[in-house]
Amino acid sequence: MLSIKNLHASVEGKEILKGINLEIKAGEVHAIMGPNGSGKSTLSQVLAGNEAFEVTEGEVILNGENLLDLETEERAREGIFLAFQYPVEIPGVSNLQFLRTAVNAMRKHRGEEEMNAAEFMKLAKEVSKQVDLDPSFLKRGVNEGFSGGEKKRNEIMQALLLQPKLAILDETDSGLDIDALKVVSDGVNALRSEDRAILMVTHYQRLLNHIVPDYVHVLAGGRIIKSGGRELALELEEKGYGWLGIKDEETADSAAN
Amino acid sequence: MATTDQEVNELIKREYEHGFVTDIEADTFEPGLNEDVIARLSAIKKEPEWMLEWRLKAYRRWLEMDEPDWAHVGYPKIDYNSISYYSAPKRKEDMPQSLDEVDPELLKTYEKLGIPLHEREKLAGVAVDAVFDSVSVATTFKEPLAKAGVIFCSISEAVRDYPELVQKYLGTVVPHGDNFFAGLNSAVFSDGTFVYVPKGVRCPMELSTYFRINAANTGQFERTLIIADEGSYVSYLEGCTAPMRDENQLHAAVVELVALDDAQIKYSTVQNWYPGDENGKGGIYNFVTKRGACIGKNSKISWTQVETGSAVTWKYPSCVLRGENSVGEFYSVALTHNYQQADTGTKMIHLGKNTRSTIISKGISAGKSSNAYRGLVKFGPGAEGARNFTQCDSLLIGDRCGAHTFPYIESKNKSAIVEHEATTSKVSDEQMFLCRQRGIDPEQAVSMIVNGFCKEVFKELPMEFAVEAGKLLEVSLEGSVG
Repeated sequence: MLSIKNLHASVEGKEILKGINLEIKAGEVHAIMGPNGSGKSTLSQVLAGNEAFEVTEGEVILNGENLLDLETEERAREGIFLAFQYPVEIPGVSNLQFLRTAVNAMRKHRGEEEMNAAEFMKLAKEVSKQVDLDPSFLKRGVNEGFSGGEKKRNEIMQALLLQPKLAILDETDSGLDIDALKVVSDGVNALRSEDRAILMVTHYQRLLNHIVPDYVHVLAGGRIIKSGGRELALELEEKGYGWLGIKDEETADSAAN
Repeated sequence: MATTDQEVNELIKREYEHGFVTDIEADTFEPGLNEDVIARLSAIKKEPEWMLEWRLKAYRRWLEMDEPDWAHVGYPKIDYNSISYYSAPKRKEDMPQSLDEVDPELLKTYEKLGIPLHEREKLAGVAVDAVFDSVSVATTFKEPLAKAGVIFCSISEAVRDYPELVQKYLGTVVPHGDNFFAGLNSAVFSDGTFVYVPKGVRCPMELSTYFRINAANTGQFERTLIIADEGSYVSYLEGCTAPMRDENQLHAAVVELVALDDAQIKYSTVQNWYPGDENGKGGIYNFVTKRGACIGKNSKISWTQVETGSAVTWKYPSCVLRGENSVGEFYSVALTHNYQQADTGTKMIHLGKNTRSTIISKGISAGKSSNAYRGLVKFGPGAEGARNFTQCDSLLIGDRCGAHTFPYIESKNKSAIVEHEATTSKVSDEQMFLCRQRGIDPEQAVSMIVNGFCKEVFKELPMEFAVEAGKLLEVSLEGSVG
């Protein structure tokens, strides 16, 4: 489904990704782990098409199509979804309106009829329950005044509504208490299917107890330095990033978390 | 950054939708202004002697006045003798008796504008008084209004048919000497709307007027007077468009509202005058004086405006809160782009006890435009227990535009309470990225974000106007992204 070859990317002239190679097949769940500053979030942003990052080398193929040739919104319509680490607020624009606009943009792209307000409301209410968000959140401004956990649940709700081919989850577990983590994980697990791939970016292994990955990759210094199965994450948890000779500048932070 | 800049560049390129010229034979005065011109104007309109005297008095006063220069706008000096002060579509016979008799070309114009003048079913309860250049063309729904006792006609008709009411109220809210443009308007106003809602009557429909400047080198000086008698209610909407022309055209209107005891007036404007081209050439100078007087106790006047047009806007719809417990409201969305300049806001003059006012202003600047909010909240010595709440928010699109806020507060009463909030924000790259990541077109995203920003104001508009306003913003922002 997704093939990343020798991907280099930089921001403001500073190279962050220094040659990423990764193959993801439909139905698979991949976890990318690594200390902060390793390039995990950059990889998510680059795949989704954030123009703040410049791709300097390499290619990314999604289902036979060169992803890097596509605009951000075209990538989204081709099935790339990014659950943001820090979802931004859009004051005054109701969640419902935002979501319906997004869903209809996708439907239009697929040549399907747009959903009217009533139809969409019904669907959105069902999905909001799936992530334990009160339907009143649909009427509030996009992420406006949401708590950290509510924002993350809102992101997963969007993934469930948009039914992407590749869902990229950027530190979706950060800032969640154990109950919220459970809800979010259930949402993500509901996304798992044979024709969908999931790429999880996380600092900690605890998320992987809830969403069990097929593959685990360790990212450091802009490169994948080790790949393995589920057991790699457990080993990392036990031995720490130092085990792989990586300096984790954020160890102090992780303790705080 | 790249995205946002591109968006702005595209935004700047969008074209004016209503920029067509209607090919109609017109009776137009030679440019120039003197007492003879005013006398001719008055004669054409078959005005009584007192009206001519009133105009001449205003003209003489105006000659002694100076054009205001304090606003945060710049434009070349206007030569008031190069403007024609009257232009009327030429008619085969006299005044049309019904819509069937109105020049079909003119009706086509309204059609292009999307004004459903003769499409009654579409009108859905909106009575329209359409002002084309200088004269009022046709008023629909006169009959059901007459049944309710509501007078809704052109100001010229009112001068002839309801002289007592006109004489009693005209110029009481905006006197001759109020300001330069109001003085000019008083001397040469050509037409406009008159509304009188009698005691205890709730006007059975929204009243609506469309203004359009068509002829070249003409000024439009409409004059509107709305009187809501005791315990009455009226909601009035106006929309404005003009053709694309290289020259600047002057629009200097005066609107006066009078609310007696327990009366309510809701006045909504969607202003989409031609803003000039992408180099700042042409466009309307919109120098307008709008003021309402809450003279009765418990009366209320609300101004809601959505301003997206005009090259230069100078406009401060205001409320004089004289009656006890009277309420003034001002809800405004002003969008500027290209080289547009807007200096707009409101004045809330609290004179009576327990008077209250609310100001919600949303300024959106894009391109190289300049958008200023200027507001005065004033409490007189008698304004015991009066309160004001002001919120001014500015939204910037791109990094070459400007937003300014000039709030003035004067209080002569210690018990008065003022709250003021102001914010400035940008359509951020992060917001755009979120929207686009969800598959939403950049253009639609900007429009959605801007509409969200304006929500508090849009919800004050009557339903059909709220839809129109939303669309107008969408059109104004069309091509705003690439």
